[in-house]
Amino acid sequence: MYGFEALTFNIHGGYLEAIVRGHRARLLTAADYNNLCQCETLEDIKMHLSATEYGPYLQNEPSPLHTTTIVEKCTLKLVDDYKHMLCQATEPLSTFLEYITYGHMIDNVVLIVTGTLHERDVQELLEKCHPLGMFDSIASLAVAQNMRELYRLVLVDTPLAPYFSDCITSEDLDDMNIEIMRNTLYKAYLEDFYKFCQKLGGATAEIMSDLLAFEADRRAVNITINSIGTELTRDDRKKLYSNFGLLYPYGHEELAVSEDIDQVRAVMEKYPPYQSIFAKLSFGESQMLDKAFNEEEVKRLCLAFDQQFHYAVFFAYMRLREQEVRNLMWISECVAQNQKSRVHDSVVFIF
Amino acid sequence: MSSSAMLSEASSWSRALVKISPYTFSAVGIAISIGVSVLGAAWGIYITGSSLIGAAIKEPRITSKNLISVIFCEAVAIYGVIVAIILQTKLESVPQASIYAPESLRAGYAIFASGIIVGFANLVCGLCVGIIGSSCALSDAQNSTLFVKILVIEIFGSALGLFGVIVGIIMSAQASWPSKV
Repeated sequence: MYGFEALTFNIHGGYLEAIVRGHRARLLTAADYNNLCQCETLEDIKMHLSATEYGPYLQNEPSPLHTTTIVEKCTLKLVDDYKHMLCQATEPLSTFLEYITYGHMIDNVVLIVTGTLHERDVQELLEKCHPLGMFDSIASLAVAQNMRELYRLVLVDTPLAPYFSDCITSEDLDDMNIEIMRNTLYKAYLEDFYKFCQKLGGATAEIMSDLLAFEADRRAVNITINSIGTELTRDDRKKLYSNFGLLYPYGHEELAVSEDIDQVRAVMEKYPPYQSIFAKLSFGESQMLDKAFNEEEVKRLCLAFDQQFHYAVFFAYMRLREQEVRNLMWISECVAQNQKSRVHDSVVFIF
Repeated sequence: MSSSAMLSEASSWSRALVKISPYTFSAVGIAISIGVSVLGAAWGIYITGSSLIGAAIKEPRITSKNLISVIFCEAVAIYGVIVAIILQTKLESVPQASIYAPESLRAGYAIFASGIIVGFANLVCGLCVGIIGSSCALSDAQNSTLFVKILVIEIFGSALGLFGVIVGIIMSAQASWPSKV
């Protein structure tokens, strides 16, 4: 019952909630980021990170560091935290935690299929996959020629199987189809996750609805902007938008017919929560849109920690950690390529 | 007998209630006083304990201070035990003829009410202190200046159990059974 979760939440979720809040307290702060931005080489970055939670993961790396190594090891920390929480969790928290990784599974599937299309080696692709999204038969994705085979051979045994009903065709896979497949799968995944959270009820449903609605709206805007000027028809574009969120259904109607960024901006400025995002960008500019969306997302994720006795803190922690790894990647790349002036273009401070 | 004079106009329910022995009411009151208080204390302890254990993994310094929350919850169970012992000493036997005398009924009801008052006041007090204790542990882990402030909230919460005990004891003080003649 909403409002009385405090009475029974701690039976199954109390320990893990305390653990995830402990992890969240150890996220990098603005002071840490300032130190990292002052670094001259990747060795300095490693030294600064050794004082943080990433220390044990980076300390055994041999001297010529690459940015990919740093990112890989930091992602390992996220994976370790996640696995620890998953093995301690009971239903329904364990299902909730598994839902968080389906997005990564979709990305991995698309990565391997695209890579195979471009004649890359399967092992090389497997190494680039996100560890949270791995599943057993992932290597056999390289064999499939069209979507029906993809489904029948590999995906029917994975948790992604129910998301395929909308996008099984017999066409051969090419770049456009794969992007459409990715977005259709993600749409089905978001809607499924949304329904699952609604079923859980209480504070979890309320906070997760807000976070997932933001995600759905953000993806709608990105799909619109990326498909301006491509062959994607208006109806196809509209089919890729999710069935929930602030923009549903009237915003989606308007976004489907937008032909350039200023029209998108005009649509979004009708919605007060998104007005502030678009106000930061001057006319005609879209490079900073990603950073503006990331900042807004981080703000909402941090707000999820203000309430106790719900599951959205787990989702928020995973997302914040991923944002942190993206920050570290950006900083490492800027340092490695000696472009420190551009560091603040894409780093989003969490605290 | 005065009770039979009442019965001719009463409904069957009031007849049934009046026929229940005051000993039953007293015994159930004593059981509720200790049983439900302990339920409240246990509920509060597990709510605060599970958060405390998880938070103490990353911040071991919070353990000793936050045991106060557990002690406040425990105090609630002790109130229940004390009142149960007091009520139990109030329970006397009366001669067969006066079991259904109004004085006996009044004493039985007084002990029953006292037990319910104390039991349920301690139940909600234990819950309240437990939930606040859980938040206290998690906040202390992040910012140690918050501990004392949240403790003040807990102290107000544990006063609820005391209110119940006070009223319960006053209620039971008037439980005087008819004298044995």
